[in-house]
Formats: sequence, structure tokens, C-alpha cells
Amino acid sequence: MQVKVNGVTYEHEVEPRLLLVHYLREVLNLTGTMVGCNTSNCGACTVLLGEESVKSCTMFAVQADGREITTVQGIAENGDWHPMQTAFHENHALQCGYCTPGMIMASISMLKENPDPSEEEIREALEGNYCRCTGYENIVKAVQQAAGQSA
Amino acid sequence: MIPVAFDYEVAESVDHAIELLGQHGEDAKLIAGGHSLIPIMRLRLAAPSVLIDLDRLDDLNYVRDEGDHLAIGAMTRHRDVHYNELVREHCGILGYTAGLLGDPSVQHRGTLGGTLAHGDPAGDMPSVISALEGTIVVKGPDGERTVGASDFFKDYLFTDLDEQEVVTEVRVPKLSSDTGWSYKKFSRRSQDWAIVGVAAVVEKSNGNIDSARIGLTSMGSTPIRATATEQALSGASPDQVAEAANSADEGTSPGTDDAASAEFRRHLARVWTRRAIEEALNR
Ligand SMILES: Cc1cc2nc3c(=O)[nH]c(=O)nc-3n(C[C@H](O)[C@H](O)[C@H](O)COP(=O)(O)OP(=O)(O)OC[C@H]3O[C@@H](n4cnc5c(N)ncnc54)[C@H](O)[C@@H]3O)c2cc1C
Ligand code: FES
Ligand code: FES
Repeated sequence: MQVKVNGVTYEHEVEPRLLLVHYLREVLNLTGTMVGCNTSNCGACTVLLGEESVKSCTMFAVQADGREITTVQGIAENGDWHPMQTAFHENHALQCGYCTPGMIMASISMLKENPDPSEEEIREALEGNYCRCTGYENIVKAVQQAAGQSA
Repeated sequence: MIPVAFDYEVAESVDHAIELLGQHGEDAKLIAGGHSLIPIMRLRLAAPSVLIDLDRLDDLNYVRDEGDHLAIGAMTRHRDVHYNELVREHCGILGYTAGLLGDPSVQHRGTLGGTLAHGDPAGDMPSVISALEGTIVVKGPDGERTVGASDFFKDYLFTDLDEQEVVTEVRVPKLSSDTGWSYKKFSRRSQDWAIVGVAAVVEKSNGNIDSARIGLTSMGSTPIRATATEQALSGASPDQVAEAANSADEGTSPGTDDAASAEFRRHLARVWTRRAIEEALNR
């Protein structure tokens, strides 16, 4: 299979049953993407397939053949944080940080679909991303800031 | 959490998929969005020896206006159904419900054809398609045929599909401005599956009910129509709705599980049928 991850093209022979999240973490060493539940519920493994958020624990790596994947490690440009990362940082939208890579990728995908979401819409769009420690208040504020809304 | 090993084939067309199904026999399985299949493969509740991937069949991702109905390709993702303008305008219940299936990341992958072919009576789409009296188009080695929703769902995770058949399209009627609809999903947490769901499509005239079609989620081994309530509502006025809804669980056979007892499900079906019809009357 050949896949472009964070702008770099890779070619690997993989077993069909290898899940995309394990390919990213164990073959490419891109351990920024987390494994939480492995039951498709928690969202820790969220990455972008093209421009859309997907749960990388619920896709086989071979299905990404010829596609473009972006992980949390691919969104900063020339060493500058992505605005969503800055917003999470400034709004204290993380504590342990386990959910953060997934939260950030799901949030970026959400703003692509809906550039000016209401608070309600933000909460709904993140319902498949669990955070065990921060509480969602600051996460919602961060997304509002990244959307250019004064929170 | 790692599936049993399998061989992987990419279908280049529907005919190619049918051919591959023929070649590999009964141990082969189609995969569309993978959001029902991969979870059960991870748990090793399913262990197909060959997966035939429909993921690349972009020509099955469409919504077309066909006059009196909409035709929707089997590989149309839930998120695309949810945002589609034709669906919003002509079949609101479908777009609304597509937005309830898991979260956006689930909806970016899961497909309309997949959720029907899976045949899970806890799925939201099967009962919505039943209430809409939609049609499922399937193709096999002997060509194409159409199956009405009431004949498509046979039993728990079991549909009218033959081993070598592929769902290619789903057809739903365009709803007129006199048609109200509602889908009510009762679940404990957002993103959860329905403990009970009620899909209502109501034809209205002068503030009364002409006819109503009601599909129930999680009230038996298939999606079920609440036929007793439908009959009671035929020609009814709004103040007869509550009584009609009291027979919503007639002829159903809900199960008991961790989420709810059969008795509680029956109660929910009655309550939510009333609420769904009331909402449909106001929409
Ligand atoms: C976290 C999570 C939450 C979810 N929540 C809900 C929910 O609340 N409500 C709900 O209804 N669903 C829910 N789902 C399921 C989701 O809607 C699935 O996308 C859907 O049930 C299956 O569609 P799929 O395209 O992913 O099918 P797949 O998983 O790829 O396939 C399912 C089955 O259908 C067969 N199949 C697929 N496509 C075809 C075809 N074109 N022709 C013939 N056979 C085919 C496959 O062989 C397989 O047996 C959830 C899933 C997840 C992971
Ligand atoms: S690890 Fe993928 S959703 Fe939890
Ligand atoms: S910051 Fe710890 S899980 Fe969200």
C-alpha cells in the first residue's frame, strides 16, 4: 500500500487486518495518535482522511491505500502551531492530554463543515470524543476561539 | 482487539464485487463503511476469510431526484445524507436520522446501504425506511431486483439478500408539504444506540390525520410497523392520537437486555409513538 501521512508518502506491505491506528503508531511511529477504547467510542484515535475526521481504530490500514491521512503531528506548519492547538493551549482545554489529539482533529474537521458553529453544535459534533479529566467547558471555549468567536 | 487474518480484495465496480462474491463463496463478506463490521471483527464475533471492499465505489455515492422519489446510492455516507439539500427538502426524516447515527466521525464512514444490509433491528435507518415504505435495489449475478422495506428485513441481522447480492440503491418517496414526520430516539447517553426508536410519517389534511406510517426500532428481531396504531389513526383527529398510541406495542416482541426490560420497551414505544405523532402533526 502507498499512503501519504502528514505530507510524506510511505510504501509498506501490511497485513490486511492491521488497523490504521496501529499502522500509524507502530509502523510509522506516529504515536501522537492515541488508542483509547478500541471500540470506536472514545475518539482518541481520530485522524483526518482527506479532510474528514475518522476513527483510525475502525478502518484497516489497507483501506488508506492511495489516500491522504493527517494526524495531530501533521497540522503545525513550519514549527508554528495550528490555530486549534494554540486555542486548546490558551484555554486550558487539556489536563492529561490523552484525548487532545483526537479532540483537535475532530474539531478541525467540524470547522471545515461548519465554520461558525453554535455552542450546541460544538457539543454535538464532539459527542464521540471523550475526555476524562478536563471537562468539556474549556474544550468548547477553545473551539469557539479557533472559530474566531470571542469566547 | 485484533481481527482474525483475512484476504483483502478491492471491488472496482458492482459487477466486480458480485464476481468476487461468487469466486470466494460463503466465507467472503462485503465491507462498506466498516462501522458495524470492523467492531464485530475486532471482537472476533465475525471472522470472514475474505473482505471485499466497496469503499472505492464512489459512483454509488449520490442522491438523485427521480420525480416522485429520491434515489440514494448505497455507498452514500451518513454525513452526506445528513447534509444533502435534496434530502433536506424532500425527505427531512432521512437527513435528520442520518445525523443521529453515532458521531460525525462514524457518519463520515458509515453508509446507507451498509446500515440496511446489516439488518440490525436496533439500527435507526431500518425503521425509518420502513415508515417511508422505501425500496431497496439489489444486484446479483442474475441482474437487478427491487425489494420493499417490509420484505427486506427478515430476522435479527438477516435480510432478503442472497449471498452474491449487493445493495446498490435505496429509494424513498418525496414527502409533500402535507406530510409531517418525526424520528424519536430514546437512549441513555448521546451517541448510544436506541433503546427504542419511533419513526412516524403522517399524511395530514385540514388539521386531521389522513394516514400514518410508524416504524419501531428495537421492538423485535426486525424493524416493526405499529399497525394497530396506524389503523386507529386513519382519518383520526389530533385528540385521538393519545389513545391510538396506546396500541403501538401490539404485535411487537421486544427483548430484555442490560439497557431495558421488554415491559419497559413496550411502555417507551407507546409514549414515544404519541410524541412522534404529535411532533409530526406540527411539522
Ligand atoms: C460508535 C458507533 C456508534 C454507532 N451508532 C449508531 C446508532 O446510533 N444508530 C445506528 O443505526 N447505527 C449506529 N452505528 C452503526 C453505523 O450506522 C454503521 O455505519 C452502519 O450500521 C453500517 O454501515 P457500514 O457502511 O459501516 O457497513 P459495514 O460495517 O461495512 O457492513 C455491515 C454489513 O452489511 C454488509 N454490507 C455493507 N454494504 C453492503 C452492500 N452495499 N450490499 C450488501 N451488503 C452490504 C456487510 O457485508 C456487513 O455484513 C454506530 C457505529 C459506531 C461505530
Ligand atoms: S480508540 Fe478509536 S474510538 Fe476509541
Ligand atoms: S485531557 Fe485528559 S482525557 Fe481529556
